[in-house]
Amino acid sequence: MDLSFGPEYDSFRSEVITFLTNNADKAPKGNDLRGQAAKDWQKLLIENGYTCRTIPKEFGGYGAEPDIIKSRIIAEEFSNARVSPGLGGQGISMLVPTLLEMGTQEQKEQFIRPTIMGEMLWCQGYSEPGAGSDLAALSTAAVLDGDEWVINGQKIWTSTAQIADWIFCLVRSEPDAPKHKGISFLLFDMKTPGIEVRPLVDMTGQANFNETFFTDVRVPKHQIVGERGQGWQVANAILGHERETLAPANTAQTRVNALIDLMKNETADGARLIDNPVYRDRLMKIQSKVMAMRFNELRVLSARLNPGQDPGLSRMITKLEGTELRHDLEGLAIDIMGEIGLAYEDNPYLRGSGSWQRDYMYFLGLIIGGGTSQIQKNIISERGLGMPREPKFEKAS
Amino acid sequence: MQFGLSEEQILLRDNVNRFLDDNSSLDRVRRYADGSDDTDIWAGLTELGVPALLVPEDQGGIGLAPLDAAIVAECLGAHIAPTPFLGTAVMAPTALVASGGDHDALLADIAAGTHRVGVAFSEAIKRRNDARVEVRGERMYGKSLFAFDADADSYLVADQQKHLHLISASDPGLKRTHLTTVDKTRRTVELTYDNVEAQCISTDTKVFDATVDIGRVAIAADTLGAAQNMLDQAVEYAKQREQFNRPIGSFQAVKHMCAEMAAQLEPCRSMVWFAGHALAELPDEARITACHTKAHLAEVAQFVAKTATEVHGGMGFTDLVGLHYWFKRCGANRQWLGAPEFVRQEAAVLQGLVTD
Repeated sequence: MDLSFGPEYDSFRSEVITFLTNNADKAPKGNDLRGQAAKDWQKLLIENGYTCRTIPKEFGGYGAEPDIIKSRIIAEEFSNARVSPGLGGQGISMLVPTLLEMGTQEQKEQFIRPTIMGEMLWCQGYSEPGAGSDLAALSTAAVLDGDEWVINGQKIWTSTAQIADWIFCLVRSEPDAPKHKGISFLLFDMKTPGIEVRPLVDMTGQANFNETFFTDVRVPKHQIVGERGQGWQVANAILGHERETLAPANTAQTRVNALIDLMKNETADGARLIDNPVYRDRLMKIQSKVMAMRFNELRVLSARLNPGQDPGLSRMITKLEGTELRHDLEGLAIDIMGEIGLAYEDNPYLRGSGSWQRDYMYFLGLIIGGGTSQIQKNIISERGLGMPREPKFEKAS
Repeated sequence: MQFGLSEEQILLRDNVNRFLDDNSSLDRVRRYADGSDDTDIWAGLTELGVPALLVPEDQGGIGLAPLDAAIVAECLGAHIAPTPFLGTAVMAPTALVASGGDHDALLADIAAGTHRVGVAFSEAIKRRNDARVEVRGERMYGKSLFAFDADADSYLVADQQKHLHLISASDPGLKRTHLTTVDKTRRTVELTYDNVEAQCISTDTKVFDATVDIGRVAIAADTLGAAQNMLDQAVEYAKQREQFNRPIGSFQAVKHMCAEMAAQLEPCRSMVWFAGHALAELPDEARITACHTKAHLAEVAQFVAKTATEVHGGMGFTDLVGLHYWFKRCGANRQWLGAPEFVRQEAAVLQGLVTD
């Protein structure tokens, strides 16, 4: 057991803190993916190696060797300072790693630099109305006509489609192949004729998602990542990673601390909520769980750093446990505030800028998205515990 | 950075598990439940150095750390082993060493496996009913309920001021009455004191706190082992048992029960490791982590014990399968040294959210 990162990392942490102290005022406020301030901040972070750290220099990144501990230190210190860690979005978090792993040299040169600089915004076309948990059942068709794919079908849950420049999209290109082997991974411009985007308002009241329709959308043949029929492997090269990072324990810890502050400041009949033993016990229960998840994450990290160490099920359970925990945590804050907990949008009694209600709902979305809790339980029981798979239904003929 | 067990710790775990596989089978535990003693098990564990773990080297021990004790506790919980480990090998050495007094002879006897120390702390942790321990001029009066490691040579007793005293089991003023509980894998006793000679070990409440903290972490580790074993048994049963011409483990209703147990239990392992590590290395975090670990393991184990029994269907409810021994071990661990609500209250006090 050794929880220290060593002196090299202590000095790296100091560097990050110094950078934040000197530059935090330049960071953009809010979550504007397209603003100039966000792009300038992104450029500064890449130059200093605080984002896109391991992306090769030739594609516009910082070009450092992968170092899990340094990445973690950067994430921790930006979170502590409550400063934007740079641009996110599915282009940077999902497409760029996919291209680095599976893309051609031309694709890497064409797409990575503008994507990480915020010049090229992407959306992800995976789920369909008939292909949610069973993603490989997707049916959006791509038929080769000369040098072009002709795409017809519909995607759903395409976040940022209304502002995206390009889409990375799973399509069925080999209708006669087994379902996992008939999929291809295509990239195309969202301004291509035949694309229609309809916003999908969710329970938070915002249109975080869209439905995206394709009618005879023509895409140059070479805009494919991997070979024809390999799209499932291309998409899965990084899907697991997405799940692990949906609800990090450090953020849950920050939220518990905010909840404690809330309970110290809010009162009922003049008594502080923290002095109510029922509420306090519920708080302590949540704190126990957050603590357990923090240590679970230490184990995940340690297993990455020490390849001989058995991670057990520590990685497999983080999406399920992390998202459920955040939903419960935000829900507790709403409970203890009574009617004030209902305040939303422009309500003058709003607490924490409305974050408690917003995250309460948002994390219900994450419990469902990225592989539902039920799918996670299938994965844990079948791959983790070695339990038998559900017998497959034969298609009725 | 390495968050996990060292090679030596894995070796310790494997050795203790191997011994217990052979010597603390369910049949053997049943005999203990029916009235036999645990002498052979404790003798075997003594050969492996278990009672000497926390005794410093210059006092005849091995001088290992609380995390090592937690590792052994997990093995014992997995095998529902009847042993005096918690009082004799964990709490007594911690109290005796922390007190700073000269207890070399007693520590050497503990390390050699020839002296057992029971623990009577109920007075200082949420006293129930008419229990009351009073010490006047080194003489002890009153009563302690549910002292554990009942068959002991001496008892470590906490009074209401959290002062620690040692009394001899053979003192003529001491009356011991066996108290039957649901957990037949360990024995508890009521101690009645009438002018019993009390050797004061410490009046420093920090010594009491350190003793309770490590006791709680060891109990949490025992719970981890017991709950993990119940989950393993449930998964194995669900793979074998067939209904509707297929293993019941292929039904999502059953496999999701198992996944939920695993998902809740897996972080508990990291929590026990951290709590054990913190006791020795992270004094600022040790106490609050011990509280949360004790409480959280109790809650998760309650869920696992119930759910694993359900996965076994009617057989889980029978004595035949014997799953109830693990169920009850988890239940006893939940109540010993502070039930979850009280321990969480302590966690709140420790971070200044409320005054006690």
